[in-house]
Amino acid sequence: MDSSLSVRTAVKDTLPTVFGYIGIGISFGIVAAASGLSVLMATLMSLIVYAGSAQFILVSLLVIGTPIVSIVLSVFLVNSRMILMSMTTATFFKKNTMLENILIGSLITDESFALSMNKLNYTDGELSFKWFNTVNVLAYLVWAASTFLGAMLGKVITNPEQLGLDFALVAMFIGLLYLQLISDKSISLKVQLLVILIMLPLVYFGLVFISSDLLILIVTLVGCAIGVVLKHAID
Amino acid sequence: MPSTNFIIWTMIFCGLATWLSRILPFVLLKKFTLPPKVVEFLGFVPITIMAALWFENLFHQQIGHLPQVDLPNLLASIPTVITAILTKKLLLIVIVGIISLGLVRLII
Repeated sequence: MDSSLSVRTAVKDTLPTVFGYIGIGISFGIVAAASGLSVLMATLMSLIVYAGSAQFILVSLLVIGTPIVSIVLSVFLVNSRMILMSMTTATFFKKNTMLENILIGSLITDESFALSMNKLNYTDGELSFKWFNTVNVLAYLVWAASTFLGAMLGKVITNPEQLGLDFALVAMFIGLLYLQLISDKSISLKVQLLVILIMLPLVYFGLVFISSDLLILIVTLVGCAIGVVLKHAID
Repeated sequence: MPSTNFIIWTMIFCGLATWLSRILPFVLLKKFTLPPKVVEFLGFVPITIMAALWFENLFHQQIGHLPQVDLPNLLASIPTVITAILTKKLLLIVIVGIISLGLVRLII
């Protein structure tokens, strides 16, 4: 990664994250097709809802005949961590037009957020609409195409775990977490390491009580609060 | 599976819910400025959310019981972390991760 915020660089920066979208997109397509959704419906879901893990939940709730209000509420809650990511990102686009802000917000994902936070460390705290939008649009297209492909495959393969691609996303978070850790100079390395260490028991014990998808949002909030306290106590 | 009509309406409402979660912070923060305390708080979002997404994948949840360790994911994480430290190249980290899990599943 470097300081350039051009479209070309955006394509290059997005490349490593594409594997995550392909792996999960294909898995989602397979699961959706196996649950009885048509290829068209599965692809439309990825284009309209565009919510990664929340889409898996959406399909499983549809299968068991859940009322529409409960489905929408579940999807909203699982996806509500996006509010935090959008809030964090929005502070870098205050000078951009409203339309550009809405476009960035409409297609922001866990991955493009993580990538952009990493990019900040190379660009002296600057992000551009051109760069972010390219990353977002690429991700959106790859996600929809992978879902389509997965839904087609879904007629043949029933167990997406066999593909082994599901770890691409985890590996990407590990990579982005490490790169963030070594390059973010706004918080000391000691505090960052401590916060990450504390996240492990938070997740472990949280899983006993709270559904894993909702847990992400809750432990993130708790982790941030602990981070602020540690920052003031140590730095 | 419910009717196509029901599925389409569900998708539209879910899409609206996810879209609003994404864009409302952008729309509101264009008008308002966050207090420094909140900005400081949000500064921890990247590392906490990425750590949470990673750690959550290391366990299998059983509500009411302590989670079980996902051994293949845990083992595959080790070469992935080492690759991150040695190379700092995201593409390489992802490829090593995928291959590691493949190998672990082959052996276990």
